[in-house]
Amino acid sequence: MTEPDTFRQGTVVKPYERLNAEQIDLLDAASMKILEETGIWCYNMRAAELFAANGARVEDEPGAGAPCKRVYFPPAMVRKYIAMAPSKVVLGARDPKNRLVLDAEVPRVYFGSGSETNVWLETELEEFQSTTDPARKLTAPRYTEKRGDAQLLARAARLGEQLDHLDFFIRPVNVQDSDISEDDHDVNKFFACLNNITKHVQAGLTTQKSLDKVLKMAEIIAGGHEELRQNPVVSFIACVFKSPLQMVEDTTAKVFDMVEAGMPLVISSSPQGGSSAPIQEAGMVAQINAEILAGVMLTQLIKPGAPVLYGSVAVRARLDDLHDLYGCPEFNQYNNDTAQMARHYKIPCYSSSGVGNASTPGMQASFEKVFTHLYMGLTGAQYIHYSFGLLDRTNTFCPLQAVLDNEQVGLVKHCLRPPKVDQENIDEVLKMITKVMKSSHRLFTRHTRKATHAGEISEPYKFGAKEHQDGVIPRAVAELAKVEARPGKHLPAEVQARIRAEVPGIVDRLFT
Amino acid sequence: MEKQELLEKIAFNVVQGRIEAEDEGFDEGLEDQPAVTELVNQALEQGISPSEILVDGLTDSMTVVGEKFEKGEYLIPDMLAAAEAVGAGMDILTPHLLKDGVESKGRFVIATVIGDLHDIGKNIVSIMIKGAGYDVIDLGVDVPSDKIVEAVKEHNAPYLGLSALLTTTMRNMKEVIDKLKEEGLENTKVCIGGAPTSPEFASEIGADVHCADAFAAIDWLKAQQAA
Repeated sequence: MTEPDTFRQGTVVKPYERLNAEQIDLLDAASMKILEETGIWCYNMRAAELFAANGARVEDEPGAGAPCKRVYFPPAMVRKYIAMAPSKVVLGARDPKNRLVLDAEVPRVYFGSGSETNVWLETELEEFQSTTDPARKLTAPRYTEKRGDAQLLARAARLGEQLDHLDFFIRPVNVQDSDISEDDHDVNKFFACLNNITKHVQAGLTTQKSLDKVLKMAEIIAGGHEELRQNPVVSFIACVFKSPLQMVEDTTAKVFDMVEAGMPLVISSSPQGGSSAPIQEAGMVAQINAEILAGVMLTQLIKPGAPVLYGSVAVRARLDDLHDLYGCPEFNQYNNDTAQMARHYKIPCYSSSGVGNASTPGMQASFEKVFTHLYMGLTGAQYIHYSFGLLDRTNTFCPLQAVLDNEQVGLVKHCLRPPKVDQENIDEVLKMITKVMKSSHRLFTRHTRKATHAGEISEPYKFGAKEHQDGVIPRAVAELAKVEARPGKHLPAEVQARIRAEVPGIVDRLFT
Repeated sequence: MEKQELLEKIAFNVVQGRIEAEDEGFDEGLEDQPAVTELVNQALEQGISPSEILVDGLTDSMTVVGEKFEKGEYLIPDMLAAAEAVGAGMDILTPHLLKDGVESKGRFVIATVIGDLHDIGKNIVSIMIKGAGYDVIDLGVDVPSDKIVEAVKEHNAPYLGLSALLTTTMRNMKEVIDKLKEEGLENTKVCIGGAPTSPEFASEIGADVHCADAFAAIDWLKAQQAA
């Protein structure tokens, strides 16, 4: 695929490389050894047959509870097929300016939303009065949980359109409407997104058989079959592995269809260090890398050159309840390493940042989020999901938090911009210093204007306060109300009419 | 260039914060066009009266700048650039104004007190007040109290601004105020400023007012003029 003329510029960073070359080779060798000697447990027979036909040793795996093959991969086979994966993947968008160019050899970072939470967290402000001093008042947020549904997903997409620093949209809210059947889940999910956002839309597929309907919808939006392949306004997530090392039947079956349809997809794995993978960095990275490589290899066996992302969502367990623990050092370490491994194999990297363990917006959430937003941005992973609105690990989407995250991601992007240090800039600043030192007050203040107007100087934290009271939440509530009041960017009426006529199963309330 | 057009150009360049032709403005693409310095000189050469240049070209346009700041369109650097442009214009005009017997809005002596080398805040106040049309005598930093009192006396200044950034040096402001009184200069109005100072402290040491920033200082000076 050729690089489009217009696309989101993202932020090209200088990656922080935690692993040295020797450590990358050690982890690569460890993953190869896992694939060769331990092998994977493959529950999809079609995949097992394809692996066997192309050089893998495949044996029956009795006692797995379901039909299962043990597949052992020679390193040469792995390397041959991994090398076929394209180093550059273009993800399309309704608005061509919002396309994304993911190039494994260019650390251009994009941030987007993620997960598929069941809970939507609404925020209202409430005023409290001191019992001892009626003049003292305090505004505090009150949070209400709502059950995620198609209209809330549409609202999230409309909000995502307005968040400047959100580069792509992965559905953050689950469609749980009682009148939407499982068979119609995918068309409602994708339509709720696509009718409300002009950025790239990505999601998993609930049912394999709905792929054709989703593709039909996407083709209508993109303008045809070939137009969709040139401008893939949608792409898919396939978590083919149930860690440790088990290639599942149903998602693997979906991978065949997605790849054969010529659509980009993420091969994602999400082991938990301390339960479904070693908690130790070396063990976690060796295992998740082996899992992702096996999945990527499958895509290339199905169709050489299939556009695929190396999807790493390595998390660790809390040791007091074995839930996922985000916003911790190990999360950053694991995922920095996998970003380096993806770069080593020249495959664009889908990674993660900005998940809060916190259940509500606030200081804990801000700490956990900035800890990973900044660090993961530094990795140079091209496509960083989970970055907007997630709370309670990946179980809650909060639009207020998404607004807060947008500000945070914006500042992180600014921080990671390449240094503007070249001869022209040096000459300019030396001239400025000479000039200012000749002036009466030796103040550089007025010479900030050119850089400020050029957007080179960051703005102060949008929700910060100068007074002695934290005003972040009330300010963010006001900002959310402001951005949500803007008109939605819906699909043209004729496109919606065609989708309504040709893609059955979408509920009326999602059309605008 | 016609007189009116020239005065409007001076005013425009004040709003743009451009002192010299090489300066960038608030808007794009103004580099290398004549700015306040060149235009004020041209106006004088064309025989336009210095007081007209001062009022119609320089100081009145600061009202526009103030409005832009209030609306959030301008930031401090834009305000300062405009004030510096007015200051540069006034430097050219002052000898001509004196010759014509035109007085400034008043003399304002300003200094950072002894023991304190901080001057950013003091400089900003100095630039802004000059830009507002006052004759500013800036004594610099680490200025002994006697020298400040001498300057007030020498220039017969109705206003004195004292700055300090350290809790250890802010006390020296009181020494200056006490010495003013000793010298019979109690009619000189004193405003103080600097991060550790406060209205309470101003009152404690006998200063007339505490100004949190340059804008407060200008407002205070305006109020004094009106009184």
